[in-house]
Amino acid sequence: MTNCPTLIVTVGLPARGKTYISKKLTRYLNWIGVPTREFNVGQYRRECVKIYKSFEFFRPDNEEGLKIRRQCASAALNDVRQYLTEEGGQVAVFDATNTTRERRETIIQFAEQNGFKVFFVESVCEDPDVIQENIVVSLGSPDYTNCNTEEAVEDFMKRIKCYENSYETLDEVLDRDLSFIKIMDVGQRYLVNRVLDHIQSRIVYYLMNIHITPRSIYLCRHGESELNVKGRIGGDSGLTPRGKEFGKKLSNFIQSQGISDLKVWTSQMKRTIQTAEALNVPYEQWKVLNEIDAGVCEEMRYEEIQDNYPLEFALRDQDKYRYRYPKGESYEDLVQRLEPVIMELERQENVLVICHQAVMRCLLAYFLDKTAEELPYLKCPLHTVLKLTPVAYGCKVESISLNVDAVNTHRERPEVGITTYNHTTTQPQLMQQQLH
Amino acid sequence: MDKTPSNPRELTQNPLKKIWMPCKNGLPEKHISQRKVCMTNCPTLIVTVGLPARGKTYISKKLTRYLNWIGVPTREFNVGQYRRECVKIYKSFEFFRPDNEEGLKIRRQCASAALNDVRQYLTEEGGQVAVFDATNTTRERRETIIQFAEQNGFKVFFVESVCEDPDVIQENIVQVKLGSPDYTNCNTEEAVEDFMKRIKCYENSYETLDEVLDRDLSFIKIMDVGQRYLVNRVLDHIQSRIVYYLMNIHITPRSIYLCRHGESELNVKGRIGGDSGLTPRGKEFGKKLSNFIQSQGISDLKVWTSQMKRTIQTAEALNVPYEQWKVLNEIDAGVCEEMRYEEIQDNYPLEFALRDQDKYRYRYPKGESYEDLVQRLEPVIMELERQENVLVICHQAVMRCLLAYFLDKTAEELPYLKCPLHTVLKLTPVAYGCKVESISLNVDAVNTHRERPEVGDTDMRSPLQHVQVTVSQSTQAL
Repeated sequence: MTNCPTLIVTVGLPARGKTYISKKLTRYLNWIGVPTREFNVGQYRRECVKIYKSFEFFRPDNEEGLKIRRQCASAALNDVRQYLTEEGGQVAVFDATNTTRERRETIIQFAEQNGFKVFFVESVCEDPDVIQENIVVSLGSPDYTNCNTEEAVEDFMKRIKCYENSYETLDEVLDRDLSFIKIMDVGQRYLVNRVLDHIQSRIVYYLMNIHITPRSIYLCRHGESELNVKGRIGGDSGLTPRGKEFGKKLSNFIQSQGISDLKVWTSQMKRTIQTAEALNVPYEQWKVLNEIDAGVCEEMRYEEIQDNYPLEFALRDQDKYRYRYPKGESYEDLVQRLEPVIMELERQENVLVICHQAVMRCLLAYFLDKTAEELPYLKCPLHTVLKLTPVAYGCKVESISLNVDAVNTHRERPEVGITTYNHTTTQPQLMQQQLH
Repeated sequence: MDKTPSNPRELTQNPLKKIWMPCKNGLPEKHISQRKVCMTNCPTLIVTVGLPARGKTYISKKLTRYLNWIGVPTREFNVGQYRRECVKIYKSFEFFRPDNEEGLKIRRQCASAALNDVRQYLTEEGGQVAVFDATNTTRERRETIIQFAEQNGFKVFFVESVCEDPDVIQENIVQVKLGSPDYTNCNTEEAVEDFMKRIKCYENSYETLDEVLDRDLSFIKIMDVGQRYLVNRVLDHIQSRIVYYLMNIHITPRSIYLCRHGESELNVKGRIGGDSGLTPRGKEFGKKLSNFIQSQGISDLKVWTSQMKRTIQTAEALNVPYEQWKVLNEIDAGVCEEMRYEEIQDNYPLEFALRDQDKYRYRYPKGESYEDLVQRLEPVIMELERQENVLVICHQAVMRCLLAYFLDKTAEELPYLKCPLHTVLKLTPVAYGCKVESISLNVDAVNTHRERPEVGDTDMRSPLQHVQVTVSQSTQAL
């Protein structure tokens, strides 16, 4: 993506969404395979000053406070340096107000000394409703555990005021040599300056596509398919009677949710389309939502794979995320091809995605910030809908089983040494595998 | 919509594109949208804004080419061209003087004529996007266009180019203006002088798009050839893609080299697909390619390959770092992988005939179509736009798709573009298009090109036999 590590630096008054953006961006970059970590200076401050007393700490004339805050920023930058130079990090997100040119200059010099590229992300917003909403999120912070809402809001407003006088927003002219994006009024307007490389370009594209309008994303698999009941992977079979039953139940469920303007997406495989047909609403077919291509193993049972391709079978259990089926795909490949789906999901509002096990695991991992190691083992059973609703810095998940029986297609992560799957028992046998 | 829990419709698979569609009594019922994503509900009118020589036409043509390639029917409408049809002989900049009533009248009429054609294209000819390429430098003119769009149900997206760098402006004038029909009978000095005066005619009344005054409009303002962008109110997917594209293109001179892997073992066996290695001749090509690349003396050349053995082997011969892209892999021929065309015809005669009928949209069973290929290659094109000197070592179908993008070829032409083995295509952007140099590296290889068959000619082995194949929509999938 980029030759040298990138340091993303947030800029903005409190309650402008900096941490929201930092966390979301970090989640996205990690999901597409760019090792990224966020460094929230507020957190360093909380570790340093165990008990938060009041906004007075942030007063510009509070020498003690200033000293501590500077130390915390330094400590955070130190950890940034370690992450990017010694721990294999590619991108670090330095999340703080960074509202003065002086502070930003310090960071720029730090980056120059270490050979990092710097990209600023500023959030500017004067809409009182939005700020109020944001403050509610901030009130969930440890700073305010012992306050009632009114006190907390009042203190937070005073905290914001402490920054306002010295706030130097990124300027077209004064900061013309810096690389940055200025997000104005929650994405209504953007100023983008000097995008230097591929990763910055992707970051800008992502930031320009996200929004904060409340909505829900529904993920589910197709109804139970003929190949499912035969214990075979892949293929393009149709639904069993139980699978069709799921379609009907799904239709009822969706109607009961009372969503205005729900978009429905399917793959181009028969089983997802059949499921969508039961809803009696328009839907869009996406080829990139097709199930993972198992290559030479398509339509085989796991025991057949183990018999015919014992080495492949073992390799897959060793690293299920990176393992690519011969003439097929890996989960890693899947994530690449699903990226446009994620981007469009970010743009959209209420969407139901009817897809497949491996595909659903990838999408879920994005929303729930799961690692590459966890992703291939996420539980996505048939006939169950996951309802994802963004809340605060993350995502609320509701799992709704539609009470239609189906086979279980989930394989647990094998314990070290377990490599055989005996279909006559439900417990995998412990065996040492001889690798050829 | 009737939501009574009726039995779901039966599905049938369209034989050409292998798309599952609902059907009744074996016949397809409703044609479901097969586009990757619904780009936009209503047509979009892109409107350029800017003084002359700011790259508006360059941007218009490039954007149009990109949108068409990704499958969004787009056409550009250059008002200057309408003016040239109206005023046969261009005399001088005086035509553009703001106090020239006659000139103003003609120019207004030309803009109207162009908008009329826009309306026809978007409402009757299936157009999805129209690019209205003119200066549109006054708020008054833009308001007229906005009202036109509102009356017709089009979304409007403005693309403004602002630039005060005299070198860039000079380059623009030299590259594209001097070659314009307006200046065929002038020498360079006269032409430049006249053009500068032409620009002056617009400057006094120029009202740039403003953050505050135009806050309700959707637009991107490109400043100083892409150093800075102001983006306001992006409304939908297509506008988001347009912004992303415009933010990734640049005008730094560079060349893109496209070639296929060296001749492969399966090539000489006449078999398609697979993942075989190079023949001795293929390896020879690798060496010649290395010499050729060195002779080009390119600083900082990026080399990209697919993840198939034959392109990587070819790149290895260059002894330089290279990047492997899975999306550059050859088109997946599904069940036909590693078959010879005659075998395909024997085993899958219907498939064989369908492919010849519509080679662009035809999808191999359990495989891909050219249309699918274009979708998966879009990130490659986007990155090629960002990059400077790049050598892409790929495959026949892949190379055809990339070439079609650079040379603005239609979906009909694309699958028949000639991309022979052991030949490098050097593409250099120039003016509004792309210069192509074809360099054969003089290493023999088999010919893998199949010409577009004549109507009725579907038998590979006996060209004299004309077999009629009729394909009905209700044909069951194989």
